[in-house]
Amino acid sequence: MTHPSLGSFRRVLAARGEQGDRPYGTPGTGGPSCSPREILRRLRGAVPGCPLLSHPEELRPYECDGLTAYRQIPLAVAIPESVAQVQEILRVCRTLRVPVIPRGAGTGLSGGALPNRSGLVLSMTRFRKILAVDPLNRTARVEPGVTNRAISEATSPFGLFYAPDPSSEVACTIGGNIAENAGGLHCLKYGLTVHNVLSVKILTAEGEWLVLGSEAYDAAGFDLLALLIGSEGLLGVVVEATVRLLPRPPLARLIVAAFPSVESASTAVGKLIGEGFAPAGLEMMDNLAIRAAEAFVHAGYPVEAAALLLCEFDGGPEEVDDQIELAEKRLRESGADFLRSSSSEEERLLLWKGRKSAFPAAGRMAPDYYCMDGTIPRRSLPEALLRIARLSEEFRLPVANVFHAGDGNLHPLILYDASHPHELQQAERLGRRILELCVELGGVITGEHGVGVEKLGSMCLQFRAPELAQFHRIKEAFDPDGILNPGKAVPLLHRCAELGAMHVHQGALPFPEIERY
Amino acid sequence: MSLQDQDLTDALAGEVRRAYDSGTPLSLVGGETKPFLGRSVTGRRLPLGEHRGILRYEPTELVLTARAGTPLSQIHGLLASQDQWLPFEPPSFGASATLGGTIACGLSGPARPFTGAARDFVLGVRLLDGRGEVLRFGGEVIKNVAGYDVSRFVTGAQGTLGIFLEISLKVSPRPPTSATLVWEEAPETAVRRLCRLAAEPFPLSAACHDGERLFLRLSGSKAGVQAAANRIGGERLAEPELFWQSVRERTHPFFARPGPLWRLSVPPATQPPVPGAGTPFIDWAGAQRWWKGSIEPAALWEWARSRGGHATLLDAGRSCLQPLEPALLSLHRRLKASFDPKGILNPGRLYDQL
Repeated sequence: MTHPSLGSFRRVLAARGEQGDRPYGTPGTGGPSCSPREILRRLRGAVPGCPLLSHPEELRPYECDGLTAYRQIPLAVAIPESVAQVQEILRVCRTLRVPVIPRGAGTGLSGGALPNRSGLVLSMTRFRKILAVDPLNRTARVEPGVTNRAISEATSPFGLFYAPDPSSEVACTIGGNIAENAGGLHCLKYGLTVHNVLSVKILTAEGEWLVLGSEAYDAAGFDLLALLIGSEGLLGVVVEATVRLLPRPPLARLIVAAFPSVESASTAVGKLIGEGFAPAGLEMMDNLAIRAAEAFVHAGYPVEAAALLLCEFDGGPEEVDDQIELAEKRLRESGADFLRSSSSEEERLLLWKGRKSAFPAAGRMAPDYYCMDGTIPRRSLPEALLRIARLSEEFRLPVANVFHAGDGNLHPLILYDASHPHELQQAERLGRRILELCVELGGVITGEHGVGVEKLGSMCLQFRAPELAQFHRIKEAFDPDGILNPGKAVPLLHRCAELGAMHVHQGALPFPEIERY
Repeated sequence: MSLQDQDLTDALAGEVRRAYDSGTPLSLVGGETKPFLGRSVTGRRLPLGEHRGILRYEPTELVLTARAGTPLSQIHGLLASQDQWLPFEPPSFGASATLGGTIACGLSGPARPFTGAARDFVLGVRLLDGRGEVLRFGGEVIKNVAGYDVSRFVTGAQGTLGIFLEISLKVSPRPPTSATLVWEEAPETAVRRLCRLAAEPFPLSAACHDGERLFLRLSGSKAGVQAAANRIGGERLAEPELFWQSVRERTHPFFARPGPLWRLSVPPATQPPVPGAGTPFIDWAGAQRWWKGSIEPAALWEWARSRGGHATLLDAGRSCLQPLEPALLSLHRRLKASFDPKGILNPGRLYDQL
């Protein structure tokens, strides 16, 4: 997903000066062992047919991913088309200790594909073949640059689909989904990427070809597939994946229910889940998000409502109609004062459109917005919203809230104007306070967007030194030279020690000249 | 044995630290119901069953956290009182089975192809590594991508990477209605039939073939189950609970046949026959097959590998997993060393030198 509204970040960062290598994430290579010119010469020699971009103008499109607040021009971008080329590139980079940053469609929201100044971006977008669809085994074998949507389109003649549907599903690729363990609007019922991938082929940093998982439902030995999925490109480069396909449900229907208070909407969510309803998706929006979405797409949402629930059921018609009727009753009992259930596919898509446009709609309310991704236990939803509202007042920045209510995944959108001095920093501080709140309520700092560079500091809130040390040891077992995506996902221990000191000062940051992320 | 809930974290951490200092291998013991699932371990016994107790459970959160020594039966009982269950339907192989042992062995029952495997429901763990250090990974929320997914990675490692102290699981409402359909089906057509059915949007929750008959369990709302049953046809099985229990716990008469038991994990549409005589018992809608008989292990491993799966011999004392490719085995060893540098946790349980 791109965020054109974040364009003014660029000005701010230009004012900050070019960003250097980030010293606080996973340990890196310690820098290349030779000059940029020599690196390019060696790469060209090793993969003569492979496009290798190195002019500043060619590199510009790769300077950031969906988190445009962080930008860095890389040394070069390689766009290989064969596994052999990837293998050669990795070999050269390992020999010369050049960081390699694997990249899919670049839609990630945490800076996981942010380039390294002295590193190579390895773009996997030319790997876009669907190698096989096996309707009896209900699997598709695909290259990593294939989009989620393309898999579902190729498998729909068999009545099958690939379930994970992140908001960027039209553009985002399976390789990136695997790196981030992507979720989506329907992961409440169908699970995350980790639940929908059977096997991946990876190249390790050492250029070794490994198959993790199997074409069956499990594999001998350790569950390496679970470890790789969500590892943010630090453990290996995915060159092929076998994904699980599901029978497409014949019918889906959506209820939109409005509530006079966030508390009553939250209670309704607990009630539906506790009573055994199994919605395919269960989303909530607060008043600011409702008004933004309605003004943007006119989905017919009641703009006075304090909270809106969107609750979808899918399956056989008998089952769906049954559930819709019962759920409507429960929602009314929980205080819903407006109910609308889709009776056609067009109506269902229109009702979804408001929720699906929440981010761009928020983008029209302020020049910039910053999207958070914390997760909390569902019961804490009212408290979380109340305290986010207080933080919003404290920092004098509006926050619109959309969440995956069924699984407690919050997406507060902090609205600000980066052209005002300090508003970007204020937005970042407010964001960090929201993540602190999520951890305090028993939740976590990221539900589906990943840590990337954005949440390295917040990782110290969630993990202690022994766990972080174990993460680094796992990285070392896969990539002893630290060439794959260094500086991402796992903070160095001294970084956390510094942040610990910062917390003593209650948000008054010492050393304001040091970059924070 | 005391049945009291108690927290033995400090005592267990002390035991592991002493073993680490002296380089003494430990043989981890929960309810002692599953020794046959791996190779026998030579080491000092470390009993874990008294570290027990359900710590947190709120039905509306669909999350349960318990100490690893908690009896599985206690968890089933508590969940049932709220019309909830563990959707991966784990077998227990005995009344003393513990939560820790179940997750350490990564066990899933007949519902697995439709609801997910044990690892899919593990949200977080607290564990002791091979240095005696307490580590916490994951959490008690359903979505969490902070850090590597260590909780799922250690599931199924049979204690070779760490000792579970606490486990948080996602639980689900128990489907309000279930029905099992049964009909005669020849082994030659069973696989294809199972795969065809599983590709249809029916509310399936289990599907197996016992060599002669095909069994299909539907679960969901009353209207949904009824509508699917009418479309599919077949007879309604009497006492379906007992039947699926016998499949799950491997007490079905098939498992009493002579010869060692093999588990074949293969892509569901894999066509029989298996090398060697005899008809397999097909579960997981084709993806898990049981086979009884004597055969050179290498022949079955090659058969399973060439079809994209793997085979495991389950025979008390001499169980063995499909051998790993050298590069993969060496990665396993590096990862094992990162959790357990002196190799004291259940050494050799899965593979030699692991």
